[in-house]
Amino acid sequence: MSRTGVDRGPALTGAATLVGLFVLLELAIRVGLVDRYVVPPPSEVITSFGRIVTEENIPQRFAQTALEGLGAGVLITIVGVPLGVLLYRRMVLRAAVQSWVAALAAAPLVLAYPLFLVIFGRSAWTIVMMGFVSGVAPVILKTLEGLTATRRVLIDVGRSLKLTPMQQFRLVLLPAAVPTIFVGLRLGLIFALINVVGLEFLINFGGLGQLINELAERYDLPGTYAAIAFVVLVSVLFFAGLERTERWLRPGR
Amino acid sequence: MSDPTVVPWPRPAPVARPETVLAVDDVVVRFQTRDAVVTAVDRMSFGVRPGEFISVIGPSGCGKSTLFNVIGGLVTPTAGLVTVAGEPIRGPHPAIGMVFQEESTFPWRTVLDNVAFPLEVRGVPRRVRNEKARDVVAMVGLTGFEEHYPSELSGGMRQRVSIGRTLASEPKILLMDEPFASLDEQTRLLLGDKVLQIQQTLRQTTLLITHSITEAVQLSDRVVVMSYRPGRLKRIVDIDLPHPRTSEVVTSEAFGHYVAEIWGDLRDEASRGMAEAEAQRGGTR
Ligand SMILES: Nc1ncnc2c1ncn2[C@@H]1O[C@H](COP(=O)(O)OP(=O)(O)O)[C@@H](O)[C@H]1O
Ligand SMILES: [Mg+2]
Repeated sequence: MSRTGVDRGPALTGAATLVGLFVLLELAIRVGLVDRYVVPPPSEVITSFGRIVTEENIPQRFAQTALEGLGAGVLITIVGVPLGVLLYRRMVLRAAVQSWVAALAAAPLVLAYPLFLVIFGRSAWTIVMMGFVSGVAPVILKTLEGLTATRRVLIDVGRSLKLTPMQQFRLVLLPAAVPTIFVGLRLGLIFALINVVGLEFLINFGGLGQLINELAERYDLPGTYAAIAFVVLVSVLFFAGLERTERWLRPGR
Repeated sequence: MSDPTVVPWPRPAPVARPETVLAVDDVVVRFQTRDAVVTAVDRMSFGVRPGEFISVIGPSGCGKSTLFNVIGGLVTPTAGLVTVAGEPIRGPHPAIGMVFQEESTFPWRTVLDNVAFPLEVRGVPRRVRNEKARDVVAMVGLTGFEEHYPSELSGGMRQRVSIGRTLASEPKILLMDEPFASLDEQTRLLLGDKVLQIQQTLRQTTLLITHSITEAVQLSDRVVVMSYRPGRLKRIVDIDLPHPRTSEVVTSEAFGHYVAEIWGDLRDEASRGMAEAEAQRGGTR
């Protein structure tokens, strides 16, 4: 029942599992069970970290990818949440567009990248917009879902206290919807990050995606995997940030 | 929801009843469902006197929650009206505070912030509203839990938070819809004591909706008995038990008499309700 003491058990188990898997993989490669030209031994990946950090300008690339991801993340939030609210407010609009927003979420939008290249040029903006377009749909849909699912009785409490529509929204509907909205933000951010890194790779521009492209073409497999590890780090940081924001916005479970 | 095309009942000119703070006057509520029109409340009339504790009792599905929503201004009656101090209400009235049957605390607010909510929306400064909310939290017996979230509380404690939140808005009339329905019998008796004690200290006019005969007799000055389908006024029973009361009153002989009397009224209604519900279930299968 301690409210401050953090249970480190799960984290330790997780780390131990990861280390165990690396050891197994290392053994499998050394024995020849796994081809080292498909998957490099973890030990080589680990030793290549220092090399790519110093030789491949990792800090700057990491910052670029992270900023592009952040830009896309901010855009999907400031556009997706209000659009979800609008659909909640306007029944007709909801009936008209809900299904194609869902279709948008499933479409392979990355194929439209030439269009973005034409509009924004070979720049970070193309990448940010691509990430935004591919991540915004789940945010809209989950915002709508969260608002719609607000328990009737909570709305009635607000009505009985004669809240203004704005108060009803800000003090009842929105906080009630926050957990669902954050599910949408997590999904949207995953799509956005995949597309950010994918597009850097495709148009050979800027951050970690481009580095992965280059290292792969040089057949520097340990380096490639080390670069991928930095992409994972970007998404881990984003998710940790989201979780903190959610707990701050919506305390109490 | 309620059918606006139905014309109001022709009824005699309202009699001036200065001693009533709240009057339910010939209220009818009909719902249009897919295959029928359901009359949930039929020509209900009764008055509530200042400072009294009145209960409305009836079997499940007889229209109690519908009546609750009409008095609270959340549902417009098909016919008839509800008046507060002689004024007909249109929509929620500031003199009426509602406690809902369902769990209704805000899970993202602490106990203190839940209770202070009505003051917050009125723009009362934080220091003042927190001080007031602390008093109310003490009154509902939750001192020490101010900073807890509802998820950390038991069902009975959460219901006390809801009651506290409504009390903090200082309503002239406290309206409660089966607030103890989801609680076990012991908690219900003790919480009843708490509510009664609050009602006595504040001289709070209280209208309690319940399906429990013992609860109605334990707490009330008068009990309004409703019939089943359509929900009509069956009888109003005066409960002449001494004050101050606690749950110990349930062991007295007079208490038993009242319970038997009301049960006599409700028995037919309840069995009719059960039979109808069973017939309906059989019919749809
Ligand atoms: N919104 C509604 N639409 C249609 N029927 C309703 C609605 N609300 C209540 N009813 C019906 O009215 C009757 C009374 O319901 P209710 O007031 O909830 O009863 P109680 O609270 O006494 O259990 C029930 O038969 C119920 O099915
Ligand atoms: Mg009910």
